[in-house]
Amino acid sequence: MDFVVQQLINAVSLGGVYAMLALGLAIVFSIVRLINFAHGDIMTFGGYGIFLSLVFGMPPLGALAIGIGAAVVMALAMERAAFRAMRGADVVALLITSFAVSEILKVLFQNTISPRPVPISLPAAWSSSYRIGDVVIGVGPSISIVVALLSLAGLTLFLRRTTTGMAMRAAAEDFEMLRLLGVRAGRVVATAFAISGVLAGAAAVVWTAQRGSVDPMMGFFPVLKAFIATVLGGLGSLGGAVLGGFVVGAIEVMTQAFLPEALSPYRDAIVLACVIAALLLRPDGLLPARSGARS
Amino acid sequence: MTDAVLEVEALDVRYGQVHAVRSVSLRVARGGVTALLGANGAGKTSTVMAVAGARAIAAGTVRIFGRDMTGAAPEDIVRAGVAISAEGRRIFASLSVEENLKVAGAVVGDLALEADRRATLMERFPILGQRRRQLAGLLSGGEQQMLAVARALMSAPRLLLLDEPSLGLAPQMVDRIFDIVEELRDEGISILLVEQNATLTLQVASHAVVLANGAVAAAGDPQAIANDAVLREAYLAA
Repeated sequence: MDFVVQQLINAVSLGGVYAMLALGLAIVFSIVRLINFAHGDIMTFGGYGIFLSLVFGMPPLGALAIGIGAAVVMALAMERAAFRAMRGADVVALLITSFAVSEILKVLFQNTISPRPVPISLPAAWSSSYRIGDVVIGVGPSISIVVALLSLAGLTLFLRRTTTGMAMRAAAEDFEMLRLLGVRAGRVVATAFAISGVLAGAAAVVWTAQRGSVDPMMGFFPVLKAFIATVLGGLGSLGGAVLGGFVVGAIEVMTQAFLPEALSPYRDAIVLACVIAALLLRPDGLLPARSGARS
Repeated sequence: MTDAVLEVEALDVRYGQVHAVRSVSLRVARGGVTALLGANGAGKTSTVMAVAGARAIAAGTVRIFGRDMTGAAPEDIVRAGVAISAEGRRIFASLSVEENLKVAGAVVGDLALEADRRATLMERFPILGQRRRQLAGLLSGGEQQMLAVARALMSAPRLLLLDEPSLGLAPQMVDRIFDIVEELRDEGISILLVEQNATLTLQVASHAVVLANGAVAAAGDPQAIANDAVLREAYLAA
């Protein structure tokens, strides 16, 4: 029983990170049709923000806040420097631009900071665990779950309650019509990137808090999973991205926990096989995006 | 000094190899209704979308309230006092009725004024008030068209572009839409009305332009065009 509960917590914690990353990808894709391959580098940049703040003697919570801020700045800078000029370009051109941005940033991280992992030393209490009955729960995964749920709830409120949030939802449905109503395109796009930056920064916070180091590839693998999550959930669908993130996290943790030792090298293959099977049954994803009002 | 709110001169719109609009000129007089007629694919929507700033203009000029706004962004054209109810209504289906109006009200700036306009429009179109919390995608076609018009009116335009407002609607609803067009005109809003329903359109219009294959086939007095048997047969399918 306690084993199951622990695995459940691991699944929700890992799924929460994937969900935040997938949501960041989806919100940008839904509005500018950009599959942002450099999203992982936004997360990595947030990680380095935390690292440098700690090096310069910031208290841990301040460092985490700076990490999120750094990710937002990187996301906005990326939009301004690389993607704004490409607005209206087709999906492939945008995708290749994002590859270029990603490669440039990785080389910069390698040459200005370090190609190897640099340590992030957060208070020891954050990597300890506590007991509820027979169940031992890690503080790290708990923080991860709380941060993920708060981000998702905060974003939901923003999208539901604020006019800017409504404009974001409208933009995902029919961006041209939104502009025809006088809403400034640049503002909506910048907001989408800023949100994706907040989410990538929050993912960097929980990721580094649990792993204790940052390296130039830190964001790459979780964002790869997040890509899979967005496709599984339905490309461009926000609810789908969240659901896909949790499903991919759950499958990954389950294969880790229940697969015999001999099969463990095939873990990712099994995760992907599950995704392919799901897409064969539902080609548009679990929760397909609502296509625009234009037919 | 001219009394036109919209002057389009020698407008060209191209999509790659396709020459959708060829040297189209038209004007909307202050307080007038200009009808833009023609069959499917004649270039009506391309013309209107170019005026609204949503299509690249290959050649020609668009003057709005006497100001050259050729190639301006849609956001700036709205701020100049032009609003559009687009072809196919294009309401935001996953937003509620009220949210559709709120998004359109973002351009107002003054929150009290925005809320006031929203309330006025929901009184004017009671069905929108009754269904304010419903998803706009669940409205009937006619209700969606009213929402599209109400949404356009949120920016308090002085020139309204109406692209096929009666398309696919039941006959009573078509009459209601044309009543609204007359009401708006009587309130002093100048209108460019794109329609396939030539008979009703020519009754409300003060000036008419007929497009065929992207070019102007005829222009002038709506009554004369309505009475021109050849024109009706060839381009208006009425």
